[in-house]
Amino acid sequence: MMDSVVNALTTAFLILGVFFMLTGAIGLLRFPDFYTRLHATGKCDTLGEVLILLGCMIYTAYHGMPFVVFKLLCIIIFFFIANPTGTHAIVKAAYKTGVKPWRVGDERR
Amino acid sequence: MKRSVSAVVTFVIMYVFWLLISACLWAHHGIDYIRVVGGIICAGIVTAFSHKHRLLFTGEEENVLIKTMRFMLYAPWLLWQIALANFDVAYRVLHPEMPINPQVIEFDTTLTGDISRTTLANSITLTPGTITIEVKGSRFRVHAIADKPAEALTVDQTMQKKVAHVFME
Repeated sequence: MMDSVVNALTTAFLILGVFFMLTGAIGLLRFPDFYTRLHATGKCDTLGEVLILLGCMIYTAYHGMPFVVFKLLCIIIFFFIANPTGTHAIVKAAYKTGVKPWRVGDERR
Repeated sequence: MKRSVSAVVTFVIMYVFWLLISACLWAHHGIDYIRVVGGIICAGIVTAFSHKHRLLFTGEEENVLIKTMRFMLYAPWLLWQIALANFDVAYRVLHPEMPINPQVIEFDTTLTGDISRTTLANSITLTPGTITIEVKGSRFRVHAIADKPAEALTVDQTMQKKVAHVFME
């Protein structure tokens, strides 16, 4: 009984994570310019990866691997610090080199 | 906190972190002494280095405990905001008409400390719909994907108030 509950929970987290990763990929293709594309990849990917790792955490916790859980937690914290910092660095570089932000009514780039 | 105390705190935290990561006290064949001793050496090196260059726990911050506790309370709220706002961006991506209105906004923050400004900038970038482009002094330049996330920053300023509360400013 407990087994199937844990499996279902893990699967739910994995599917939700994959859904957000997929949304990020679709956004990368659909959005009109550099900045808006970064919105799609930089954010949806963070949540997607974290949800996938949360699913792994639930699974490993149930199967008695507390140190793996701790390591996954460390990876999640690292994601939350590194991902926005990287996104910010890319956006700042683009802004400094004069990439114009897209406005409503402009042509797609 | 005195500087010697802060060195001890750094060492203990580093060593506990090492023990948790390497899991050498709970190995199948008993305690793994090489790793236990290696941890002491590595934690010592990190402590000496960070102490000399004043990287971690310098003992100059005030009310570290209260700030840490408040940050622990701030983190779940931020996670919830990230989840909520992510659904918003997913909606904008998948909607056939793509309801976006990208804009660059600027606003002044009331925060004064380096760490609090970094926290606010990173929180802004984490919450979908907004990316911090540039921070110059107290001026934040932010790229927002639509009107709603932009207004949340310039009009409501909930996040800024929360960060100010965390860092007691």
